[in-house]
Amino acid sequence: MLTRRNFLKYSLAGAAGLAVPATIKASTGTAPAAGTATDKRWVFLVDSTKCVGCGMCVKACKNENEVPYDANVSRTWVERYVVTKDGKVHADSPKAARDGFTTQTIDQGHHGKEIIKPADISKAFFVPKLCNHCENPACVQVCPVGATYQTKEGVVLVDRTWCIGCGYCIMACPYGVRFFHPVYHTAEKCTFCVHRLHAGLKPACVEACPFGARQIGNRNDPNDPVTKTILNNKVQVLKEEYGTKPQVYYLGLSMEVK
Amino acid sequence: MKNHVFRPLIVVIGIVLLILAARFVYVPKDFGSYERGYIYSWHRQGDENFWNKFTIKYQGKEYCKDCHEKNFTSINKSPHRIIICENCHGPAIDHPSEARSKLVIDKSREQCYRCHVKLPYPDTARGRIKGFLDPEQHNPGMECVTCHDPHDPKLGGA
Ligand code: HEC
Ligand code: HEC
Ligand code: HEC
Ligand code: HEC
Repeated sequence: MLTRRNFLKYSLAGAAGLAVPATIKASTGTAPAAGTATDKRWVFLVDSTKCVGCGMCVKACKNENEVPYDANVSRTWVERYVVTKDGKVHADSPKAARDGFTTQTIDQGHHGKEIIKPADISKAFFVPKLCNHCENPACVQVCPVGATYQTKEGVVLVDRTWCIGCGYCIMACPYGVRFFHPVYHTAEKCTFCVHRLHAGLKPACVEACPFGARQIGNRNDPNDPVTKTILNNKVQVLKEEYGTKPQVYYLGLSMEVK
Repeated sequence: MKNHVFRPLIVVIGIVLLILAARFVYVPKDFGSYERGYIYSWHRQGDENFWNKFTIKYQGKEYCKDCHEKNFTSINKSPHRIIICENCHGPAIDHPSEARSKLVIDKSREQCYRCHVKLPYPDTARGRIKGFLDPEQHNPGMECVTCHDPHDPKLGGA
């Protein structure tokens, strides 16, 4: 006889049984590694004061990573900020700066163009941007299917065969670095060029930058020049208040940068 | 046990088993949570190989040294030594062996505008590169390479 008491008892037992496969699955991987000296943790350093806005990094990134050249999406881009004497901030990044900044006109796409007189400028600068490969990536947390993840070297990747294209990660990223790949229709983002890192090369954007504005380093190596700069200089990160612990550090960043 | 309780229960259990079986078949064996734990590295490990094996396209400046010695040596003596060849000629991939990696020769003025259109931003490195606020004033309509060798751009004793 199935009494109400028994029914509850069996259902509970059944539910516990169903939970078992998940527990087994979760324990198949190894436990989070406590960073040993041989483990690498890639970090990026951007020296905003060295950037001239030539856009060679964007060109190289698109070519290297097979991001369609003429589509208006890019894994990395360069922003121009012009602050006028009245305190207004004018920013743009036409075509992600793929062809560089070659006019004084601020081009904000469908928001229109602005011409600023040189005499009105109080300061101006260029800011290269890319995925921050956060220590606590919000984009990974929201993925419902396990298609985006972080490797043990700290790189955040997307599994194109597994991504269902729901777009949650694109909305979750506070830095707006993710987009849909125009060909694969899956979430797309900077990979720190892991294929180059593993071959002992620098990421394409770092290689392409003539002015040394972009550098890659291994945070777990105390003798790495990038690690030293991060430890010994006044560096900043973007949107620190979000708690994502971004791993792209900036030298000479101005407060107007968002 | 009453039938009207038992029968639907079997159906429910059947559905659950079916879902579990489907999951077992569909989810790849290398799916798991790895070094960064369940929250940050719940994924298919095989995908890491996909990204690690992505084709390298930019080969760097040293790659060109042996075959294009003339341009290599002249650019290294010029202020353009900081620009890698592939920035202007496109990614080498496996040049010169494959037809698809025939490199571009782009003589457009726009190629040079990236750096040599002067922008009036005094505190930036851009503001300090030699160039022209209005490039259309400097020999308009002519390719820059008519006068300046991109691998050694300075003219006359400068
Ligand atoms: C193994 C030798 C070799 C290497 C290395 C090499 N090249 Fe070449 N390159 C050639 C040969 C041979 C040709 C002529 C055949 C052709 O046009 O494809 C050529 C042609 C070119 C041309 C002219 C194409 C034209 O239309 O006239 C350019 C530009 C060029 N190479 C740039 C580069 C750059 C930049 C690199 C370095 C990233 C490089 N090459 C590395 C052998 C080499
Ligand atoms: C600033 C852009 C730029 C850079 C950097 C550059 N080139 Fe060129 N290169 C050009 C242009 C433009 C031409 C066409 C010149 C002409 O037709 O007068 C050219 C022509 C060539 C040619 C074919 C004609 C010739 O001079 O033999 C070769 C080969 C070549 N470049 C190799 C290289 C190599 C190797 C490097 C790196 C060491 C390099 N280039 C760096 C812009 C560049
Ligand atoms: C990636 C940026 C970049 C690109 C692209 C570039 N240049 Fe330059 N060029 C420089 C820098 C940096 C110098 C160093 C001198 C300076 O600071 O003004 C320079 C120097 C020169 C000079 C010598 C100026 C002088 O008298 O000292 C000439 C001429 C020149 N470039 C012409 C060209 C031409 C022609 C092209 C296109 C084929 C070109 N450049 C493309 C960055 C660039
Ligand atoms: C008709 C030949 C000719 C053409 C075409 C030409 N230039 Fe020049 N350029 C010169 C001469 C001559 C000078 C002055 C001598 C010098 O400084 O080396 C000069 C100077 C320069 C300088 C140095 C300016 C300075 O402030 O000292 C740069 C940079 C330059 N040219 C870039 C370019 C670029 C970029 C183009 C294409 C958009 C171009 N030139 C087209 C002849 C030419």
